[in-house]
Amino acid sequence: MRRAGRPRGEGPWPWLAAGSLALSLLMLAALLLLLAGRGLGHFWPAPVVLVTLDDGHQLAGQPVREERRRTLEGHWVRERLYRVGNRDLDGEAWRWVEVGRIVAEETPEAWAVIERRRWGELIVRPLALEEAGRRLTEAPLWSAFEARLERGRALAEERDALREEVIAPLARRLAAGHDDAAARERLVAAQARVAELQAAMARDVLVVESAAGERLSVPLAEITAAWRPNAMSPAEKLLAWGSNLWHFLSEGPEAANSAGGVWPAIFGTVLMVLLMSLLVTPFGVLAAVYLHEVAPQGRLTGWVRIAVRNLAGVPSIVYGVFGLGVFVYGLGGRLDAWFFAETLPSPTFGTGGLLWASLTLALLTLPVVIVATEEGLARIPDQQREAALALGATRAEMLRRVVLPMALPAMLTGVILAIARAAGEVAPLMLVGVAKLAPQVPVDGDFPYLHLERKFMHLGYHVFDVGFHGGDVEAALPLVYATALLLVGVILVLNLTAILLRHHLRARHAAPGTR
Amino acid sequence: MSRAMSETLLSRAAGETRSAIIEIPAAQGCLEIDDLSLRYGEQPALRGLSLRVPRHSVTAFIGPSGCGKSTLLRVLNRLHDLNDEVTQSGRVLLEGEDIHGPGVAVAQLRRRVGMVFQTPNPFPMSIYENVAFGLRLQAPLKKRRRDEIIEWALVSAALWDEVKDRLHDSAWTLSGGQQQRLVIARTLAVQPEVLLLDEPASALDPISSLKIEELIRNLKSRLSVILVTHNMQQAARVSDYTAFLEGGELVEYAATDDLFTNPRLTRTEDYITGRMS
Repeated sequence: MRRAGRPRGEGPWPWLAAGSLALSLLMLAALLLLLAGRGLGHFWPAPVVLVTLDDGHQLAGQPVREERRRTLEGHWVRERLYRVGNRDLDGEAWRWVEVGRIVAEETPEAWAVIERRRWGELIVRPLALEEAGRRLTEAPLWSAFEARLERGRALAEERDALREEVIAPLARRLAAGHDDAAARERLVAAQARVAELQAAMARDVLVVESAAGERLSVPLAEITAAWRPNAMSPAEKLLAWGSNLWHFLSEGPEAANSAGGVWPAIFGTVLMVLLMSLLVTPFGVLAAVYLHEVAPQGRLTGWVRIAVRNLAGVPSIVYGVFGLGVFVYGLGGRLDAWFFAETLPSPTFGTGGLLWASLTLALLTLPVVIVATEEGLARIPDQQREAALALGATRAEMLRRVVLPMALPAMLTGVILAIARAAGEVAPLMLVGVAKLAPQVPVDGDFPYLHLERKFMHLGYHVFDVGFHGGDVEAALPLVYATALLLVGVILVLNLTAILLRHHLRARHAAPGTR
Repeated sequence: MSRAMSETLLSRAAGETRSAIIEIPAAQGCLEIDDLSLRYGEQPALRGLSLRVPRHSVTAFIGPSGCGKSTLLRVLNRLHDLNDEVTQSGRVLLEGEDIHGPGVAVAQLRRRVGMVFQTPNPFPMSIYENVAFGLRLQAPLKKRRRDEIIEWALVSAALWDEVKDRLHDSAWTLSGGQQQRLVIARTLAVQPEVLLLDEPASALDPISSLKIEELIRNLKSRLSVILVTHNMQQAARVSDYTAFLEGGELVEYAATDDLFTNPRLTRTEDYITGRMS
């Protein structure tokens, strides 16, 4: 009898095996911790530190990290990186400062971090508010500023709603050739209202001063968010963190993906994976059923099996090339020539898009589904088949009523593996439809609602694009971590959904011995 | 059992007739097997079997492992149809009609000739759905009529009292013996003329086994039962006629009492007295 809690086996082997497992788990935990720490920390409102250097210079910024560096003279110094913002004033949004040269550090409450639509963030001290060129004396300054920022947001919302719900549909109608005097009038009226709103939004201006003493006037319409981290309580900071995170998850990217959110990428990833599952499941299941249940077993089916298993090992970029050649140029070009000839030479389906990307990934994951389904079919005892046949079922009835329900969990296992593989693929997508920036998600209110020909954004490609194609590496890095964490999260959620579904089905249809 | 061995046995029994088979009058027979031979690839399993199975009685096939009794049973249900390796010759007549005839749909035949296997194999469905399975394959029935047939089948299989309160539980919550009776009920529900039982009690405990035997004795008033068994006491207890097979050949076929008390051939006697099994 063995004692509970002790590994079975003798000598060093159990320890070696347990050690390998522990190491794998440790690495996995380290990966997730790194992603979570670096990615989620980015949204925390870090304090603004006003630093005075030994030569009398001042700078205001949020400390990011410290490093030991070797100077040209050959000795080691500690340097600290500050996010100082103010790219339009100083030309650099980041500053390395030698720690030894810092003579004073303070965290004055008045300093604010202001995010703008252009030029990134400002780290400045607000001085005054101006309304149409007239200086205001409302006090306190910050709450007056926040109230006016809120007013500006309301105006912007009205403008966006007007543009989306009135102007765009009217413009489409007119462009489609309906020359309708009433519609034209309404369009003009709506446009006038938009211009009015724009003017109203441009009324307020915030005057700020940087640590170097430069003054700047920022129109409130340019400001997307502003906060004073040093004046915030921990609860307020947590709230701000949550709100930042929510903006990251729910909004589209800004400033060439270097800021803003990733909502279109989340949506694109999930939609693409779901479409891929819808395409691959029937094909994979039917192929497996044919191979295992219908085809006469012999050397040929053996070869087909080997080929299918080997297909699973083909590098994904090869599938990308296939998809580009066959689906995009071949099928897509054909479809364009037949149905969308009027828009040629600009392609509709003849360029990468959601449909082709899903199809390519479906092809990529087909072997996984076939193999898993076949294994599921092989596990069903022959007695079950014979029992159905002996009751007068035809082969088709036997398959449909007994074999396929019992193989459902195995099929779902295949789909789970397929999702896990497809959601993380980036290489083939670059060839067949992913876009750097596609703020319009492929589902909207316009017929046919799901736009299969549209390009889409993908979290995996977003990581690649933000990390390697942005100008500002320091700003991109936390976004890369956050997006990577999100990708892991999305795959986890997709897999968990499928696993729960399988668990539910297993409870209903398990075969003896497959429970 | 190897061919070489059966030939030594034959030579030892030299001078004795090869087989002793009673003739059932054609009017009483429901199944007639006529010169049936079957081989798996090159391996012969049945060699020129001929016998007639009487209606409304229990006929047991006994014999050592590999004698071909299970193979014979599967022929009667045409379960070998799926196996490409099997070649067979000879005829099987069900109520005078060739079961391999061109006009016979195999699914239809299997409804007339039901089969129960050695290990209980209920489907992963509720008890009710298991019994309804065969019915659902046929023309749709009114729910009330279907419920009646299901109750009748479960009563006939002596299972109704045990499951009537939990018809919608999974069939796998039943014990092995109950599962086997459920499988019999499932087969009875399609109202077959012949019931083939392939060692139906060999995977069960003695009590469950006795219940199945009792059930078989009761069933013969409605249909003809063919029972394959290893257990000679079981064959003696349950059956009216017994056929002893060896090496793919029918050795002796007689009324059960005659065969067990007064076997005509020494091969049969050796087997039933345990000298070579």
